[in-house]
Amino acid sequence: MNAIELRDVRLALGGRIILDDVSLAVGAREFVGVLGPNGAGKTTLMRAILGLVPPGHGTVRVLGRPAARGNPAIGYMPQVRSGIANLRLSGWDFVAAAVNGHRLGLPIPGRQGRAEVDRVLDLVGARDLARRPLAETSGGERQRLLLAQTLIGRPRLLLLDEPLISLDPHHQRAVVELVKALQADLDIAVLFSAHELNPLLGAMDRVLYLGNGQAALGTVDDVITGPVLSRLYGSEIDVVRLRGRIFVMSGSHDMEHDEHRHDDGAHAHDQHRHTHHASHA
Amino acid sequence: MTVRTRTISIATRTMPAMLDYDFMRNAFAAATIVALLSGTVGYFLVLRGQTFAGHALAHVGFTGATGAVLIGVAPLWGMVAMTVAAGIGMGVMGERLAQRDVAVGLVLALALGFGLLFLHFYTAFASQATALLFGNVLAVDVRTVWMLLALGVLSLAALAAISRPLLFASLQPELAEAKGVSLRLYAVAFLAIVALATAECAQIVGVLLVFTLMVGPGAAAQRLTGGIAAGVALSAVLALVEAWGGITLAFYTDWPASFWITALSAAVYLPTAVRTRLA
Repeated sequence: MNAIELRDVRLALGGRIILDDVSLAVGAREFVGVLGPNGAGKTTLMRAILGLVPPGHGTVRVLGRPAARGNPAIGYMPQVRSGIANLRLSGWDFVAAAVNGHRLGLPIPGRQGRAEVDRVLDLVGARDLARRPLAETSGGERQRLLLAQTLIGRPRLLLLDEPLISLDPHHQRAVVELVKALQADLDIAVLFSAHELNPLLGAMDRVLYLGNGQAALGTVDDVITGPVLSRLYGSEIDVVRLRGRIFVMSGSHDMEHDEHRHDDGAHAHDQHRHTHHASHA
Repeated sequence: MTVRTRTISIATRTMPAMLDYDFMRNAFAAATIVALLSGTVGYFLVLRGQTFAGHALAHVGFTGATGAVLIGVAPLWGMVAMTVAAGIGMGVMGERLAQRDVAVGLVLALALGFGLLFLHFYTAFASQATALLFGNVLAVDVRTVWMLLALGVLSLAALAAISRPLLFASLQPELAEAKGVSLRLYAVAFLAIVALATAECAQIVGVLLVFTLMVGPGAAAQRLTGGIAAGVALSAVLALVEAWGGITLAFYTDWPASFWITALSAAVYLPTAVRTRLA
């Protein structure tokens, strides 16, 4: 059984078509990196898999069933919000908020709930750091707590939305290795979106590249090529390989680094000479 | 050592005297109910970053209270009706309201303006304006205490019922939404509870000072604790101590109880803010 199946899917957000007529399948034990320029639909695709964005057309199936809200088989890490970084709340209590979080009642976990929180914290090696207030954890440590939270309820599919954002290369590597180890140990599927390809090389089984309303899913060698990416970006793209690293270039620009820098919402895109940025939401 | 025994002997001699008065017993009973409710609701209000909502609802409540008097209804009911309606409205508007400081500010000023107009029409009531604005806990009667108790129990029961999904939605909204929690539903339900707490709180410290019991204890508790249950409990206890302390100090100094409650609330919160800033 596949973890994710999209058949002729069209996704629109506020009248803008994000994905058009996309069909693909992700296996039950696959680690898939999701890449593409800002606004290409990485988050929207995840929200469609979660059943939060209904497809305008086509079907989305998750683990053999139509995508629906509240699917306990999916673990989800939304993009990091700065809000939690100021809380004095302990990491343990933060993670525990997701235990049966959808059910009415008091937010005091029982013995089973406490055991579940300890289990997921052990999986990511965060048992000790979870005692500290969130305000006293680093970005990398918070990322591990958020990852632990996605594992509550033993999901079969993890959707991780930009877990590497605002982490330095050292911590990026640590997060990727941790996710890879979890994916292999727990035998689950992972969709891992990122701005840069290189941190994911070696960890991912296949890459899903989004752009221009289209999607390309395949091995890195099949997808990260000049012709495929030129189609997805809608402009001439060169792929340069250097000592095991891959650079996606438009003219003399490193596309992925461009995207990364623009992520703080500085909308310099208007004057930008690259047309693909126009799709940025 | 001698100093300590003397303090105790004064306390044992004067405490019965303070509680001999009916109005003092009513004041303590009302303050207990309101403080436990405000402290508990306030913890979630601070956690959700909605402290301004408490302040705003109180302003609107003033219109309700004065309007109620004008048509011959108890001010508490007018306040409850207005704050709950406004709370639900704010919950439904949600995010759209957050970026409209000017519009919200104008509506709040308008609410106080209408309150003033209603007072103007009902001149006999004008002397009560200060009590509504700044509270007068020493004037609470037994009937009001019972009404406060009924509303307080209702609000706390409702909060207890929704607290788990509310907490989840407050800390991890996108994840909660994905897990089937309706963010809108809990935003509305919570603001309705905040509205009831605000109306209750205004009976003690008045509409202008609800911040002091709704926000001060919750904010201090969040700086002092790392757990949810401990934080909520501490917030309620701090509110209780501040309210009781304020009434006691008012009894001995003859200064307004509301002043002492604001003073104690600030005295508790400010050191915790400095402490975490320095840490």
